[in-house]
Amino acid sequence: MWKNIFTPNKEISKTAYVGAGIVTFASLIIAWSVLSYGGLVNPLFLPSPGQVIKTAISMFQSGDIYRDIGISFSRVALGFFFAALIGVPLGILMGTLRIMEGAFEPIIGFIRYMPASAFIPLFILWIGLGETEKMAVIFFGTFFQLTLMVMDVTKNVQHDLIEVSYTLGVNKLQLFKKVILPASLPGIVDTLRITFGWAWTYLVVAELVGASEGLGFMIMQASRFLKPDKIIVGILIIGLLGLLTDLIFKAIYRASFHWMKKEGS
Amino acid sequence: MVNGAKLVIDNVRKVFSTKNGEVIALDQASFSVKEGEFITILGPSGCGKSTILRVVAGLEEPSSGHVYLDGKEIKGPGPDRGMVFQSYTLYPWLTVEQNIAFGLQLKGVSKKEQQEISHHYLELIGLKGFEKHYPIQLSGGMKQRVAIARALANDPEILLMDEPFGALDAQTRSIMQEILLKVWEETKKTILFITHDVEESIFLGDTVYVMTARPGRIKKGITVPIPRPRDYHFKSSSQFLDLKGELLELIREESIKAVR
Ligand SMILES: Nc1ncnc2c1ncn2[C@@H]1O[C@H](COP(=O)(O)OP(=O)(O)O)[C@@H](O)[C@H]1O
Ligand SMILES: [Mg+2]
Repeated sequence: MWKNIFTPNKEISKTAYVGAGIVTFASLIIAWSVLSYGGLVNPLFLPSPGQVIKTAISMFQSGDIYRDIGISFSRVALGFFFAALIGVPLGILMGTLRIMEGAFEPIIGFIRYMPASAFIPLFILWIGLGETEKMAVIFFGTFFQLTLMVMDVTKNVQHDLIEVSYTLGVNKLQLFKKVILPASLPGIVDTLRITFGWAWTYLVVAELVGASEGLGFMIMQASRFLKPDKIIVGILIIGLLGLLTDLIFKAIYRASFHWMKKEGS
Repeated sequence: MVNGAKLVIDNVRKVFSTKNGEVIALDQASFSVKEGEFITILGPSGCGKSTILRVVAGLEEPSSGHVYLDGKEIKGPGPDRGMVFQSYTLYPWLTVEQNIAFGLQLKGVSKKEQQEISHHYLELIGLKGFEKHYPIQLSGGMKQRVAIARALANDPEILLMDEPFGALDAQTRSIMQEILLKVWEETKKTILFITHDVEESIFLGDTVYVMTARPGRIKKGITVPIPRPRDYHFKSSSQFLDLKGELLELIREESIKAVR
């Protein structure tokens, strides 16, 4: 079981692998417990694990949290949906047609370094404080990266695959539909998985200003009323939701691209 | 233009402009191929073999000169010239059967006919039973056989092959050569086959064209006067070894120029 654990690039036993993950997790919890139960830090800054669990249970019992989760989820999902709706086709075009790359790559490459949060005042000015503004932040936070990543995926379609398709008689439109699209689809799904994860990280930013509900809003409120346990519960929920969407995308990937697996047909 | 020739390469020159200046890949390349002939082109690496094939395929435009297929000048790629690359170019998301039928489906051939044709070629290349396999489940030699079947299923006028067995181990390559000859004898296709392997060029070809070092031209054409069908025993005959000696001498001169 301890074989090879410090040999670079060598496989290790499954027990050792999983065990390592558990140990890391457990150490974190233990450190937290020692700090909080040991009275080493003020519970006003770091509540104990037990306190966090108790708060979580009561929050779910009172039921307000479901509404926050629902509204936050729809903001993230819709903002991301529109980013993907435009970003995926645009990225494919940029990856295939040099003229599209020339037209959009420089501007997108520039904007993506601008912080989404800094645009919030502008968004508020332009579209007010409603749901659209929240989605705009999520959109802004993911769209540019997503588009560039899809472009890269599409660009990496094997050149010989495209050329052999011409010798089999494809026209330009068929090349898109029958070769470039299916060849880049796994990479696109993977890109969506990664960028959806990022969308969650923009949630709190989006709900920083002008929100009256949502997980981000709940976290800000908790901070105002010095309730660190609620903050931690909010953070954990966002993390778990992100993890869940990640798993869903992975399941879609596995179900859709069985041709990538060696076993069985 | 040579009378009655299937494919005519007439004084083709190809210049690539690169960062480090111009590369003349081909210069005054001329030869022709008759209907049903199996032509191999032999040359040291970097001499312009792939370029010549790509010009015929229409994937590369000649800087000057012309290429004619059945008397018509070639402008761009098309399904009348099937191509097999050295790299594996099967569509990984399609089954073997769907890969072979890819060109037929583009032409709008009926589903039933697609299946009949792809099964016919699967049988020909000895991969019956692999209809529903995906490329990832196949060995390198199998993939190349499917690529050959896919090109043939389109019923092209000529089959262009760019070192298709170059990535395979020696044993597999030798078996693939025999399979290819069998396929050729049954389909009577015109084949233009590129290789840097002297034995391969003799074993397969009716005529071997030896290319010069870059800029590539045809240095010499040598007919292989050995009857068909051929099998691997032929590789140890004295006729074969004489030819091999002659070709090795020719190719050696060019290889030395190429590395200088
Ligand atoms: N697209 C290209 N751009 C620039 N140079 C090229 C290109 N394609 C081929 N060449 C050059 O042309 C020469 C012939 O290449 P190629 O036909 O691939 O040779 P071979 O197939 O005989 O090894 C080489 O020197 C190669 O570097
Ligand atoms: Mg080559």
